Order: sequence, then structure tokens, then C-alpha cells
Amino acid sequence: MVYLDHNATTPLDDRVLEAMLPFLKSFYGNPSALYRIGRLSRSAIEAAREQVAALVGVSPGQVVFTSGGTESNNLALNSIKSHTRLLISSIEHPSVTEPVERLRNRSCSVDILAVNENGIFDRESFERCCANRPNFASLILANNETGVIQSIAEWAGMLREQGTIVHADAVQAAGKIPLAFNALNVQLMSISGHKIYGPKGSGALIVEKGTEPEPLQLGGGQEQGFRAGTENVAAIVGFGKAAELALAEMSQWRNQMLDLRQLLEPGLAELNATIFSQAVERLPNTVQFGIDGVDGEMLLMQLDKKGFAVSSGSACASGGGMPSPVLTAMGVARDLAKSALRVSLGKANTEADITDFVKCLKTILNRT
Amino acid sequence: MKLSKPLKQFNSPIYLDYAATTPIAPEAVDAMLPYLTQTGLFANPSSIQHGMGEAAESVVERSRSRIAEPCHGNAKDFVFTSGATEANNLAIKGIALAHRDRGRHIVTTAIEHKSVLDTFKHLESQSFAVTYLRPDSNGRIVPDDLLKSLSDETILVSVMQINNETGVIQPIEQIADALADKNIFFHVDAAQSAGKLPIDLSAIPIDLLSISAHKFYGPKGIGCLFIRNRKRTPLAPLLHGGGQEFGLRPGTLATHQIAGMAEAFGIAHERQAQDLDHAERLRKLLLESLQAAGDFVVNGDPTHCLPNIVNLSFANVDASALLIALRDQVAIASGSACNSGAVEASHVLRAMGIEGDRLYGAVRISFGRYTTETEIVSAGRSIAEAVERLRTLALE
Repeated sequence: MVYLDHNATTPLDDRVLEAMLPFLKSFYGNPSALYRIGRLSRSAIEAAREQVAALVGVSPGQVVFTSGGTESNNLALNSIKSHTRLLISSIEHPSVTEPVERLRNRSCSVDILAVNENGIFDRESFERCCANRPNFASLILANNETGVIQSIAEWAGMLREQGTIVHADAVQAAGKIPLAFNALNVQLMSISGHKIYGPKGSGALIVEKGTEPEPLQLGGGQEQGFRAGTENVAAIVGFGKAAELALAEMSQWRNQMLDLRQLLEPGLAELNATIFSQAVERLPNTVQFGIDGVDGEMLLMQLDKKGFAVSSGSACASGGGMPSPVLTAMGVARDLAKSALRVSLGKANTEADITDFVKCLKTILNRT
Repeated sequence: MKLSKPLKQFNSPIYLDYAATTPIAPEAVDAMLPYLTQTGLFANPSSIQHGMGEAAESVVERSRSRIAEPCHGNAKDFVFTSGATEANNLAIKGIALAHRDRGRHIVTTAIEHKSVLDTFKHLESQSFAVTYLRPDSNGRIVPDDLLKSLSDETILVSVMQINNETGVIQPIEQIADALADKNIFFHVDAAQSAGKLPIDLSAIPIDLLSISAHKFYGPKGIGCLFIRNRKRTPLAPLLHGGGQEFGLRPGTLATHQIAGMAEAFGIAHERQAQDLDHAERLRKLLLESLQAAGDFVVNGDPTHCLPNIVNLSFANVDASALLIALRDQVAIASGSACNSGAVEASHVLRAMGIEGDRLYGAVRISFGRYTTETEIVSAGRSIAEAVERLRTLALE
């Protein structure tokens, strides 16, 4: 199987597993306990906190560990009171749009920031939204489908100037592009472990000093009271290691991804594929494309049969039969959107994977 | 069958805090490993657009059935969470918020875990009326007291199966039966009991049940909530997002965690009688070896308790002094782990009417499958010596 779905999840880096194993096999102490084996778990968590903090350029005290990106996004939005004015973009992840829908039912008003045909936040729409003076904004940094990267620092800077609290969903961006939390002008930022070769079930909310999210789960007082529950020590240790590796190897990873992408995209062009957001800055590993007149679902099934694991977009939205809301927001025609496939590359992918994939695609589409 | 054991660190203190967390069974670690790295089945279980994702999904579903079966529950009524704290929050907030139009009275006990108590306190601030039932002096809730507290406004009752500090078994069967013909949800926090005591969901009319893997030799960071007739039971989720877990708990499922939990639960079920016998023996041995310390009292009902938790107070010995004196030899707790960061007397013992030296002197010793008789005897001796030393110091 050639796995080309790294934006859905990544395998653990072997070095991450190695870091985790002692905490699965022998260091089992509850980090809240005061005796030695408990303190060992505590110091492992604090070391991981430093590693995650280094990845995004914050002090360790600003890192609140969670069970993942979905929980981080929900936690960020949980402090919003009823009758608040909210701003989100039209290309957010369901773990932002769904909590926002609930807030709408609690008398919050929501402005949707439109994107242009490349998936970049639209300036006119932004100005209209700003005129409504939102109290809280949640903006996606790098989109999970197209990989498009927003200039969050700029948008958030303007919002912040008028007193808006800004949350960045950096789940897809963290570990893939350099991220300095303090330069982003946001108060809150979500990241996840399993998108960066760390374990599933790990994530963090980065919190600016003075901003206090309302906890989602209570009891026990862990994570400075922001997130109760016995810490998943092994997962946190793994997340820390993954963050350390991502930081150290980011430029190497980037070059590898770009090389593969430069091999993939001309092959897709030969098939008359439309590569979404190709004109703007994207995550180096992400290529979402559509081919006119092709049924995306059928294509996915055929590729799967021939040993290629790709996706149409977000794993969470799988199986809906609806065109991607992200592409729809970009004004992509319904048929083209329904043909969309997302290739998201990873460390283990080789040039042969890419040439085989293109060859296979050509065979399926009878265009050899 | 030979028992495989977790690796023990050289020279580490004897671990007697199994109620705080247990070592992971080596079999459960092995069950987690196939779902992690490049060579394994690491795909997102929601990525059902490809075969790898489908295979991961089937691992999740198989695990769900392996957890449901020993409890005689319907697999589709089990929702995976990040642990019992989340399961308790989801059950209590979820029911209270979804059914608030029917009534605003909710009932729990004063001896619950913090994740239950803090959630009830939160709901109290959201204009719910809360009854906190006190146990008898033995730490047991009296079902009649509970029944007397109910009103037409009551929508939820939450009682733990086993108290985490005293090990006292609560009469949840009786409570469940008494509530069965009422329009009241009954939630049981089974964090300490799951895997250790049988739970027959087909026979006991419990509506919601919280389980945590790291208390039965599974991994930390995974648990589940059973919701009877989930499809027809409105429950307000804590998290919203990608629709995983029937929309009740979105977020990428951690296949390895779920597989590890299922394996650990299966083993705990198979070994239940054996593990209980072992705990009985260890308890007897511990209490014998502590006779040397003289003058101590066991807190909690000795006739209704899980043998692997012993809560006791030594006369004229302060718990924190004892814990510090034993730090390099024996790992025990003064109460629940979550409380131990702060010097705070146990709310459980306080609710039982225990006060003064007996309250501040209480320690919890808890052991389990991997504790050996030699360890118990040696720990008993260390504890007795430390108690004696501390008493002598106090006299000087």
C-alpha cells in the first residue's frame, strides 16, 4: 500500500515510539503522585512541554496538553459566552464550525469570512466582517484539504487592534511550516500530535498569558485546571519527541516534500487536472486536484484497489457524497469539486510512489 | 499460565498505589504496537475512503465489542473517551443539559471522585439544585437516604461503584433497581471497579457507566462511557466536530489506545477471580504485617470492600510525614492522586464523619495483579518501622 493521506494522520516516527515505550512498559506512575515513579512521569511531561513550546516559540507554561486537535479547538472556543459576535472563515475544520453552530444557537452571531478562488481570505469580506466588531475570531492557518496557508499574523493583527480575541487552528500547519506563536498576533492556537508523526490522542492548546480558556472537563485540576484527567503520559512524551524532530528536520522535510510535489504536479497536468490553490502558498506536502468529468468516489475506490491510499479531503467528513465545503467556498464548480482528490505526502514516500501513482491514475482514466 | 510482568526499575520503591494508576499489562502493550508506525496499521479510522482506514476502523469496532461483551452490553452503546474524567463529565453534563427542561434536580454523593463532584458543582452554578448524599460512618451510601432525596424534579443520580479512597463497594444494584421504574437517569462511575468486579448491564438497570483503562492495566488516556439505548437517549456532547463516536465524541480515534484498552479489559475479565483471590491474600498479609505497628484503624466497611484498597490511620502519625518517610521504599498515597498535590484532608473520610488525627493520618495502600507477597511483607515491615520511628520522634 502506498500511503498518500498524511494530512489525515501520520505514522509514528520510530524515534517517537522509542521515546514512548518506557512510559508504556515501566514508568507508569500517575504524574499527580508525589513519590518517585509519579515524579518521573511529571518530569517527562514537563520535558515534553518544553519540546512542544520550542516548536511554536512559547514558554512551556503556555502549553496546555489535550487529547488532540478537536479538543484543542473546542477548548479554545469554550470560553465564548452567549450573545458574542464571532468571526470564522468559510474553510474551517468541522471541529471549529460545529462548536460555532452550537454557539449560534446560544444567541451568538456569526460572520463568515469568504475566501477568493485560491482559497485565500478575501480582503473585502474581511473588512465587512471587521465592521461588525467581532469579539472572537477563529481562523485556520493551513487548510487541511488544499493546504493553503493564510497570512494569519496580518489578519489577526488587524482584528487584535480592534479588541478581537483570535484563535488560530494550526493543526495542519504546526511542524510543517515555521510557527512563532508570538508573531501571529493570536491569543490561542491549536496543534495536534498525530499530524506530525506523533501519537493519536495528543494535542495542545497554546495560550497567551492572561487568556484563560474555560475548561471542558472538570475534576482533578491537571494542566493548570484547564484540562482535568490523568495525563496520557506516553502520548505526551511522544508528542514532545515528535515536536522536537519536526523542528529539527523541518527544512529537510520541506525539501523532500517539494521534490516529490514537483514530480507529481506535471504528471497531474498531463491529465488536465486542476490543482486547487496552486497559485498561492501551500503546505509543501499537500496537492488537492480535480479532473473534469471524473467521479471522485469511483477514482478513490479504484486507487484503493490498486494500492494507493488517498482521500477526497477531510477524513472526518468522509462518506457524505457532498462536494467539499472548502472547494465550494472557493467557488469551484460542483462537478469539478466532486472529482477532487487530495494527495498528502509524507516522509516515507519515494519518487517511485509518485510515478507509480501517476501511472496508475492514467491507467484508471484510460489515458495512457 | 505464567504471568508476564511489566518491567521493574532497579531499586525502585515498592508500588502500592494501584488505585491511582496501574502498570500496563505487557499483553496490552503488545496489542497497541501494531497500530503505530509506518509498518503498522496507523491510518485514521475515519479515513474509510481507503482500505487502510477501513481496517483501522474495524479494529476500533472489534475492540468496542470486546469491551461490551463481558459487561453484557450492546457494543453500539459504548462511546470511547479520553478517560473516566471525560466520561464522567460527558455523562453528567450531557444528561443534565439535554434533559434540563424536565427538571433541575440532580443527586450524587459526597464521596465521589473530583471529576464527578466538580461537574456537579459546575451545574450548581448553572442553576441546578444538587443533593450530595453522605455515606454512613463505614463509607457506604444508604439506598433509603437516596430514595428520600428524590423529587419530581430529579433527572439524574450519579453514584460510584467503588470508592477510590476506601475501596468500599456501593449498593449500586439496589439503587439501580429502586430507580428503574422512575424517569431518572442513573450514572455509575465504574473507574475503580471495571475489570475488577463483574458488571452485568443486562441484569442491572444502569443507564450510564464510566470506565477508565489505566485502572485495569490498560493505557492512560482512554476510557469509555456506556449509554443505554444510546440512539434514543439525548445527550449533549462536550465536544463538537467531525462526527466520530456517533457524534458524541468527535476527534481522531486513537486506534492503539482503544486496542490496548480492549486487550486489558479482556485479560481483566478472564483473570477476575484470580486477581481478586490474589488481592484478598495480599490484604490479609498486609494487615498481619502491620500488626507490628500497633494501634491503627481501617477506614471503611471491611465487609463491603474491594480487597485491593486499604485505607488506614495510624494513631499519632501524620500521613504526609509517613509518606515522606517512606518515599524511597514504598509508594503509597494519602488520598486520591488528584488531591495529593495539595495538603488537603480527604473529602471522603470527612463525609464519613472521620475527623482529627484519624482524618489527617489516613493513608491509602492499594495493590494489584503484579504485587508479590514478598513485596507486601517487606512494605508492611517498612511501614511499621516508619510508624514506630515517627511516634518516637513525636514523643521526643
